[in-house]
Amino acid sequence: MAALRTVLSRVVSRHTAAILAASSSCRLPVSSSVLLHRCRSTGAPDEDVTLEFFRPETSSVPSLMDIGTRRIFTEDHDIFRTSARRFWAEEVVPHHAKWEKEGQVSREVWLKAGEQGLLGVNTAEELGGIGADLLSAAIGWEEQSYSNCSGPGFALHSDIVMPYIAKYGSPGQQEKYLPDMTAGRKIGAIAMTEPGAGSDLQGVRTNAKKDGEDWILNGSKVFITNGWMADVIIVVAITNTQAKSAAHGISLFLVEEGMPGFKKGRKLEKIGMKAQDTAELFFDDVHLPASALLGQENKGFIYLMQELPQERLIIADMAIASSEFMFEETRNYVKERKAFGKTVSRLQTIQHKLAEMKTDICVGRAFLDQCLELHNQGRLDSNTASMAKFWASDLQNRVATQCLQMHGGWGYMWEYPIAKAFVDSRVQPIYGGSNEITKELIARHIVS
Amino acid sequence: MKVLVGVKRVVDYAVKIRIKADKSAVETASVKMSMNPFCEIAVEEAVRMKEKKIADEVIAVSIGPKQAQETIRTALAMGADRGVHITTDARTDQEVQPLAVAKVLAALVEQEQPGMVVLGKQAIDDDSNQTGQMLAGLLDWPQATFANEVTVADDKASVQVVREIDGGLQTLSAPLPAVVTADLRLNQPRYATLPNIMKAKKKKIAKHKAADFGVDLASTVEVVSVEDPPVRQAGQK
Repeated sequence: MAALRTVLSRVVSRHTAAILAASSSCRLPVSSSVLLHRCRSTGAPDEDVTLEFFRPETSSVPSLMDIGTRRIFTEDHDIFRTSARRFWAEEVVPHHAKWEKEGQVSREVWLKAGEQGLLGVNTAEELGGIGADLLSAAIGWEEQSYSNCSGPGFALHSDIVMPYIAKYGSPGQQEKYLPDMTAGRKIGAIAMTEPGAGSDLQGVRTNAKKDGEDWILNGSKVFITNGWMADVIIVVAITNTQAKSAAHGISLFLVEEGMPGFKKGRKLEKIGMKAQDTAELFFDDVHLPASALLGQENKGFIYLMQELPQERLIIADMAIASSEFMFEETRNYVKERKAFGKTVSRLQTIQHKLAEMKTDICVGRAFLDQCLELHNQGRLDSNTASMAKFWASDLQNRVATQCLQMHGGWGYMWEYPIAKAFVDSRVQPIYGGSNEITKELIARHIVS
Repeated sequence: MKVLVGVKRVVDYAVKIRIKADKSAVETASVKMSMNPFCEIAVEEAVRMKEKKIADEVIAVSIGPKQAQETIRTALAMGADRGVHITTDARTDQEVQPLAVAKVLAALVEQEQPGMVVLGKQAIDDDSNQTGQMLAGLLDWPQATFANEVTVADDKASVQVVREIDGGLQTLSAPLPAVVTADLRLNQPRYATLPNIMKAKKKKIAKHKAADFGVDLASTVEVVSVEDPPVRQAGQK
């Protein structure tokens, strides 16, 4: 039998195999030994893939959040996802309502996350991180969205702030911050946005003036995620007011909590993400040693442009994951809720909307998985990341609105998960580069 | 001393099971599978013994198809040192009987010479609650089943086990080597952390067939049909 299989695999062309695969029914028995070729565009050699190894996509399994799906992941990823899911369910969900009232999460949950190896997942082991691949980091982002707890700013800390220090930091800076950040002992934040400048990053006014070898920092930042609890903050500041364009005169600085002149104003009262400690920060003649400069002077803008694609990918992946959560939450609700003598799920209007939503979400998931796979190989360009960001966040908001509507009056109640997911979704098209800005960037590549 | 732990791949406890159309068995195609919860507790207990330096090596063994490797890898990610995979394509929820499993484990015990075997008290698919007891019988070892608490003596010559029995809690003392089966409240299994999952990739899993141990896994029991329990009827007024 094995010999026959080998012979067949050499005889059956990719084309024929693809047709065979496409024509087989959806309910393929797992234990059958039908041959399938994996059509790979990378030119890698064919493998005999039996159905026992077939990883289904989210469109054909009972739940969009099922573990053991999506061919970009392996069984080891499944083991990690199971642990991560358990962490969010046991350590975050029970406390989240309390944290929403307090406007921040606890220090303990950061330390617990560090203990479980959930922080600094994609940072190299030699630098003090966990040293796992980007897909493992993505599992962390997705499991947060599946738990519907937007308070902890783990993704920003691990996959936006830590990469700056890992890539552009000096050995001294890396040693000072990265191991503690992986352990959750130091919380990181990045301060780009100001009261007067968001998408228009070149319009920042916060500045650092040279003072011998050191710097004096003045200015303010707003809407800073993890801002209230942060121990180390990457601050974007102008260091050359004579530069030919603002982009050529920006530098990044590592500012620490406790430095004289650095004040955290207040936790900002947002309409959503209530447990996230977004804050405003004030710098009043803060004296920064030369060792606080991150990377090279006046190269800050280049660093930002290099790191923004990953930030946009995170937002996009969490948008799709949140959509998957909201869909499953809503599907369960309408199967229980009764109206007019039957469950709401028996109404055709609801059924068709669910079918449309599931299709949109699965299509989005397919694109996101492609982006994740590319980025895992270091091949995701900023254009594609921008496309994923605006498309997925727009989808998330459409799904949120529809799902809330299907919950009826209960959807308007804060205690219902869909209500929180709805308000949380509203900021996604805004931060990380507003969707309007992303469209500008995409268009430039199209028409130039 | 070495500790041998049995881990079984079963239908996940949260899954709503369905019977196959031909009533021959439970539907397992495209159904989420996981490590048997009592086996998880057994692995946790063994790993804790290693952390307390009572055990120096934990070996995780599973009988099942190719995918049972994932179950063994989860045990490795929890802290087991190496795995043994006895491959079979027979259904482990009804074709592979506890006596056959016990015979394989007995042969493995003769080879590995562990100081203790820790198993889950029962698997949640067949609910047999026989393997541990039969294994002890075949080996002529003491058994302490439904363990709620396990304390190995300082000289590692005996173990004290608190058992959950119908009347309450019973405390037994047994000389080692012995078979212990884990009950629900023995411990709370740990998360497999990412660093440990990555370390587990380097740990070895030895593959064998039951025949290598002189055991025939063929069932002596024929399952005639599998049916849902009858739909609940209304009570009488």
